Amino acid sequence: MNYQVNEKGYYGNYGGAFIPEMLYPNVEELRQKYLTIMNEESFKDELNGLLKDYVGRPSPLYFAKRLSEHYKTNIYLKREDLNHTGAHKINNTLGQILLAKRLGKTRIIAETGAGQHGVATATVCALMGLECIVFMGEIDIERQAPNVARMKLLGAKVIPALSGSKTLKDATNEAIRDWINNPVDTYYIIGSVVGPHPYPDMVARFQSVISEEIKTQLLEKTGDENPNYVIACVGGGSNAAGAFYHYLDNKEVKLIAVEAAGKGIDSGHSAATSVLGKPGIIHGSKTLLMQTEDGQITEPYSISAGLDYPGVGPMHANLFETGRATFASVTDEEALKAVYLLCELEGIIPALESAHALAHLENLKAKPTDVVVVNLSGRGDKDLATYMKFMK
Amino acid sequence: MNKINKLFQEKKNNIFSVYFTAGFPHLHDTAITIQELENNGVDMIEIGMPFSDPLADGPTIQGSSEVALENGMTIKILFEQLSKINIKGSKSAMVLMGYLNPVMQYGVEKFCKDASALGIDGVIIPDLPMQEYVDEYKSTFDKYNLKNIFLITPQTSEERIRFIDSHSNGFIYMVSSSSTTGAKAGVQHGQEAYFKRIQAMKLKNPTMIGFGIGDNASFANACKFANGAIIGSAFINAVKGSIDLKKDINAFVNRIIKG
Repeated sequence: MNYQVNEKGYYGNYGGAFIPEMLYPNVEELRQKYLTIMNEESFKDELNGLLKDYVGRPSPLYFAKRLSEHYKTNIYLKREDLNHTGAHKINNTLGQILLAKRLGKTRIIAETGAGQHGVATATVCALMGLECIVFMGEIDIERQAPNVARMKLLGAKVIPALSGSKTLKDATNEAIRDWINNPVDTYYIIGSVVGPHPYPDMVARFQSVISEEIKTQLLEKTGDENPNYVIACVGGGSNAAGAFYHYLDNKEVKLIAVEAAGKGIDSGHSAATSVLGKPGIIHGSKTLLMQTEDGQITEPYSISAGLDYPGVGPMHANLFETGRATFASVTDEEALKAVYLLCELEGIIPALESAHALAHLENLKAKPTDVVVVNLSGRGDKDLATYMKFMK
Repeated sequence: MNKINKLFQEKKNNIFSVYFTAGFPHLHDTAITIQELENNGVDMIEIGMPFSDPLADGPTIQGSSEVALENGMTIKILFEQLSKINIKGSKSAMVLMGYLNPVMQYGVEKFCKDASALGIDGVIIPDLPMQEYVDEYKSTFDKYNLKNIFLITPQTSEERIRFIDSHSNGFIYMVSSSSTTGAKAGVQHGQEAYFKRIQAMKLKNPTMIGFGIGDNASFANACKFANGAIIGSAFINAVKGSIDLKKDINAFVNRIIKG
């Protein structure tokens, strides 16, 4: 079984490029050139140099001793939270902006939910001296004020998405509409492994540095590059795609994708797409998505603004369908407990998104000899208001 | 004979097509809207199936779609409404326009079968790409004699226009400028070069210009370069908040045709 994208842009039954003709020239140009550009020596040198000196890679793989004792197994945290801008998102924005420059584009647009991808995009635009416009749902602008301030400080223009439910899905729609209206000078930096082909594959490749490093670091620490488990949270699925990437073909390594159950899968307030979704089309991709019987896309819910996306990347839809990855889910309450536990035992404040991956350790039933890697995709600074509110 | 093919066979110029969102302004305005457009001599009627996430549409059609969905419109209800009027025997050609996901959930084959039985002549699905259509769906559409209409834009390459032309058998929808629907008013100067370029290609399919057409002047100008033109957002604005649909539709059509 092959878990990579095929030449038509599909992962099994999922993927493709379901886009209006207005977007075809841009997406087609990207499809034809992305692999060639990514394989150029000068591109690799520039990207790797910046990942090292600007982002601070490789990010540490940290043996969490007290957390391991607590769960009676061996837990390693991949510290993406220590990257510049505080999350894995910058691995992708840096790669895509270098690509945009090589395509001769001068204006960058992006969508953002929690604001992490928006901040990572604003950051690399400042670094490269390119104009940056970030679309963000009006409701998210209100609830993620610190990240809006960061983007503005970095010189980005933040445009509220006023359509639909005024959250991430609508911010993505607005970014796509902007690209339709500005086809010549503009490049769209998508923040997750979603959207029309080649975006899911391209973003997965830029994030694959995570599992590439895990292999080297784990070999160094344990003498074996393969853990028993890799656990990552999934909204659109970019950090999970990166953490899974180099393990996809090695079935000895169990891959666990953790979705946000919100207030509970059957509560009507959830974002567990693999359970609640059906195949359909969202943002140019055939994948699993939450929708009504009539095919109208519905609004998911999670306490974490980075996980409340009604779809999931096509790569993950295929991993789910083929059973290559196990899909689990974690409620708001369980995620919050995991936050406080990691603070208490390890002195690390995780992002709410990453806390979903950590919370799954409760249900994992790992053996004392097992090696478990949890991708700590981001830090919790942006979630402090929530953490204070619920702290007992 | 399919009414789209018949229309272009019988009329070569000034073909007037109107788009409306089914379920807007009210859930049960579908029949009266179609009948009034037909009675006022509109050549082709595009019946919009509302979608929660209309990527190619600007604020006007986003707004009408949102209202239509709040009113409870679905493909199933729309088809029930259409079954009560004589679509098959209408003078106007009838096209359904909407996004792929609701059609997929309805079932593509069932959709084609039911639409065809109602007397629908063609379908416009902007997010169903040409290659996907050819590989997966063309045989189904052909089986039910539904014409699938494709878009071209100022950025579409000549090679791709030829490819689209070769797989089309109704008309080609020329998007007037690089934009979402309803964005700009009138046909602007730079667009004429694009329109002339397409005219010079002598495509086998007739062409209709849409996006940004909203009054008599822009309609007349677009008709100089194509077999006709399509109006959507301006019509939605004309019936928004209407208390007398019949009167407002009549006034709108007169305004476009006579100025």
